[in-house]
Amino acid sequence: MNQEPTTMNQEPRTPNYAVKRKLGEHVLWRERGPLLSRLDMELTERCNNNCIHCCINLPTNDARAKARELSTAQWQDILRQAAALGALSVRFTGGEPLLREDFADLYLYARRLGLKVLLFTNARLITPEMADLLARVPPLERIEVSVYGMRRESYEAVTRVPGSYAEFRRGIERLWERKVPFIVKGALLPPNKGEMEEFEAWAATIPWMEVPPPYAMFYELRGRRDSAAKNRLIASLRLSPEEGLAVLTRRPEAYLKSKYEFCTKFMRAPGELLLSCGAGYGGSSCVDAYGLLQPCMALRDPRLAYDLKKGSLREALQEHFPRLRELRASNPDYLNRCARCFLHGLCEQCPGKSWSEHGTLDTPVEYLCQIAHAQARYLGLLAEGERAWEVEDGRERVNKMVKGVEV
Amino acid sequence: MTEVNLDAIYRPSEDIVAREIEGELIIVPLVSGIGDLEDELYTLNETAKAIWDRLDGATSLRAVVAALAEEYDAPPEEIARDVCGLVGELLRRRMVVEASGI
Repeated sequence: MNQEPTTMNQEPRTPNYAVKRKLGEHVLWRERGPLLSRLDMELTERCNNNCIHCCINLPTNDARAKARELSTAQWQDILRQAAALGALSVRFTGGEPLLREDFADLYLYARRLGLKVLLFTNARLITPEMADLLARVPPLERIEVSVYGMRRESYEAVTRVPGSYAEFRRGIERLWERKVPFIVKGALLPPNKGEMEEFEAWAATIPWMEVPPPYAMFYELRGRRDSAAKNRLIASLRLSPEEGLAVLTRRPEAYLKSKYEFCTKFMRAPGELLLSCGAGYGGSSCVDAYGLLQPCMALRDPRLAYDLKKGSLREALQEHFPRLRELRASNPDYLNRCARCFLHGLCEQCPGKSWSEHGTLDTPVEYLCQIAHAQARYLGLLAEGERAWEVEDGRERVNKMVKGVEV
Repeated sequence: MTEVNLDAIYRPSEDIVAREIEGELIIVPLVSGIGDLEDELYTLNETAKAIWDRLDGATSLRAVVAALAEEYDAPPEEIARDVCGLVGELLRRRMVVEASGI
């Protein structure tokens, strides 16, 4: 021991003791995922926008909603549980999560637990102080900012809040100035339909945008089923399947590549089991603003939720959700169509969408069915007039399509 | 080059969070400049983890080497190479700081 030098100068060595690896290559994800890999947290259902197409927003000053929301301590407890179960990241969403007066506290609490934070926001409340915080303690995930228009007139025709456009632009500038990574997402709506090119040209100048921005256009109805009038408005704003297909396939090569990969992996008839999509597993669950854990963000049927005010995340994941995964469809219409349909996966039919549209878990959603059929015809999986659930050789068609591309 | 002093005491930096998930030690940056980590993880191998557990802000590296040499029945000079290698790497990455003299 005495012969050891008092100091040692070290060059970088290989192999490294501390290894930086892509998440998907890591043994944790390849071989033994933790019970919980990510948790979605809807910090509030309130929003400072009043978007015409929104499926969840409540007014900023909705006192009843605010009073029901989890307290800071309750959110912190859930964050501790999530970290203890192995979660690497949490998604803070809403509503507008920055409306929470304790947002900075919750954010720092999550980061100090070693959690990455994915923040969904409209950027209006990115104050200089908030931007400084995000620069000093980075979320380690690119912030996702929803954009409703490139001009005040179009933006505020969607948000219905005077002054919201200027606040959004200022928020974006503050992130950009401080080099806080963010990306933008669009929502195609009548007031901004003519601005796609302008939006995409602007998005391309954002340093962290690696691909063109995605768009929302097939809008979900309100998951709380709280307003027939709002649902009628949302339904009237949806793009038709043909219009949507035209948007999706504006870059045909990219669309086809993504769909071929997707179809090979995920398309297959689901059978009777309702939660065949991954809902209720460790990477899809979502805590709502009031402490109810849902199998996924879209599935708001209160009968399926688990109350985290009365139990633990572990119990929900180990005992409650496995029971839900045994739920079977009973609606004959669903069993004759969706359960047998090889477009499942390409089609977004799921218990969550069925719930928001019909108040049941297993009613076919015609709009989604039409969108999936339009895409399948484009991909060459269906001929004009064919109905996917009547096709016997769906899997072969998918394989043939993929092989044709590989050749 | 990063100088590692066997008589010094080191501790995990307050700029990172170390987490153990399913037996894997993962280091997550807390402040900017440590690493962006998007889609990536820093993990320590088994040798590094055994050393890391002893970087407690109270024990000198020389004592860490002695303890590990006894525990693993390995030559101290070999252990010292690993200890200095790891600490040098962690210092470069700003994941540990010198605690002695504070």
